[in-house]
Amino acid sequence: MKALLEVQDLDVYYGGIQALRGISLKVPENQIVALIGCNGAGKTTTLRAISGMLKASRGSIRFAGEQIKGLRSHQIVARGMAHAPEGRGIFLNLTVGENLELGAYLRKDRESVAKDLETGYRLFPILFERKSQIAGTLSGGEQQMLSVARALMSRPKLLLLDEPSLGLAPQVVEKIFSVLKDIHKTGITLLLVEQNAHKALRIAHHAYVLETGSVVMQGTGAELLASPEVRKAYLGD
Amino acid sequence: MSEFLQHLVNGISLGTIYALIALGYTMVYGVLKLINFAHGDVYMVGAFGGFYLAHLLGVNDSPSLPKTLVVFVGSMLICGTLGFLIERLAYRPLRYRPRLTALITAIGISFLLEFGFQLPRWSFMPFDFPPGPTPRFFPELFPRTIWFNIGEVSISNYDALALGVAILFMVGLEFIIYRTKFGVAMRAVSFDPNIAGLMGIPVDRIISGTFILGSVLASVAALLVSISRPRIDPIMGLMPGLKAFVAAVFGGIGNVPGAMVGGLILGLSEEFVAGYMLSSFRDAIAFAILILVLLFRPEGLFGRITTEKV
Repeated sequence: MKALLEVQDLDVYYGGIQALRGISLKVPENQIVALIGCNGAGKTTTLRAISGMLKASRGSIRFAGEQIKGLRSHQIVARGMAHAPEGRGIFLNLTVGENLELGAYLRKDRESVAKDLETGYRLFPILFERKSQIAGTLSGGEQQMLSVARALMSRPKLLLLDEPSLGLAPQVVEKIFSVLKDIHKTGITLLLVEQNAHKALRIAHHAYVLETGSVVMQGTGAELLASPEVRKAYLGD
Repeated sequence: MSEFLQHLVNGISLGTIYALIALGYTMVYGVLKLINFAHGDVYMVGAFGGFYLAHLLGVNDSPSLPKTLVVFVGSMLICGTLGFLIERLAYRPLRYRPRLTALITAIGISFLLEFGFQLPRWSFMPFDFPPGPTPRFFPELFPRTIWFNIGEVSISNYDALALGVAILFMVGLEFIIYRTKFGVAMRAVSFDPNIAGLMGIPVDRIISGTFILGSVLASVAALLVSISRPRIDPIMGLMPGLKAFVAAVFGGIGNVPGAMVGGLILGLSEEFVAGYMLSSFRDAIAFAILILVLLFRPEGLFGRITTEKV
């Protein structure tokens, strides 16, 4: 299967500290790929390096066949990748509507942007109710919905999601994951970082386990769910 | 009563000037968290830009409104370019260095402009540049006439123009910041430049745009001052720059409406203190306000308390 995103031998440093040690991974088109691992394993760093928020010192990142390592975030967005960052990354000083419109910053086709805005509001009706409200007044779950809806506004081919379930009530987590499945059905490829390994592995076609900046294991979601090491380390068995 | 009115009129016109300059400080602080101490000197360049353009157009012999317009637009272009260059050449290379580095660089740029303009004329320059330390006189751009009187207070077309133009630019800026795509992007960058990048916002371009916008407002302020107080010299930006900085801090640095209100309050208090108390307290009042604000409400009138994240 054709890989939409292919990362090879990625090294990232924070000052003198090496955060990623030769990470390689593939995200095939139309699949859901999950990265799981503990705090500090390098999951968020991997996503940030892919979306151009961090500079990788070595390695290659190919997106839709093109080398994107070294490009700036806004150039990568223009190529069809969206990143809903860790901590949701909502502009708390702007309204919900403005946040969503910023998601479509690079798009010129006003009519289809308006249509996608409607789709976003249909996906999360609560955002429509609150569209003129300052985003800082939203609850954590609403902010997460806004983060996902906003990332979709750029019409991405690939969506990077960093811990969409973090700090949310169980019903809200359910809602977010069911929406992620719907998003995947519309043909968008997902690369998902999760601490909630159970949920992530359940919806992922393929998953990678990260430990101290390297990939230590990989397999289909089902394989990893069944693996004794994973069950012991990440699923609390 | 007429004395009060006169002070009120003076205070408002001074206040709008401070507000225009303060907006430049506050916008740049918003996107870069940098106090651009060279901003007052951009204001000075605005006055000299207008001065040279006015001479080039022969305003001295035949003042007129169209020429005034050319002088304004020309000086705005000069300052916009200067603001762009300062950010591009001096601040951008230091973007990811400790914040103090950029702050000291800003002071360096300020000195460069102030003392660069005090150099004797360069022989290869076709016109009188640099102007040197002696004050120059800004020509009358168009004939001054008294429009109307309220009691003993007379309002000239200069006063009306200054107030009208200042308000026009502030309303325009409000529109840009709150109603345009650039403005939303600017507010996003000021909240978090990294996440703004993830939206596809070209952060560097937004920052350049912010500097250009702030510098244009400074040049407008400089020209509005120079037409009624025509003595201009290379360090003329120092005091208005500092006071506008106080106004920005007073309103809450990084807050656009705050800069406008802060500027107005500062201008009014300066005029009333000078008028009813002692005119030598004129400059002291601004800094007294600064001290009080820092003591009792360091986040400013409209600012929000931010705690440093660890």
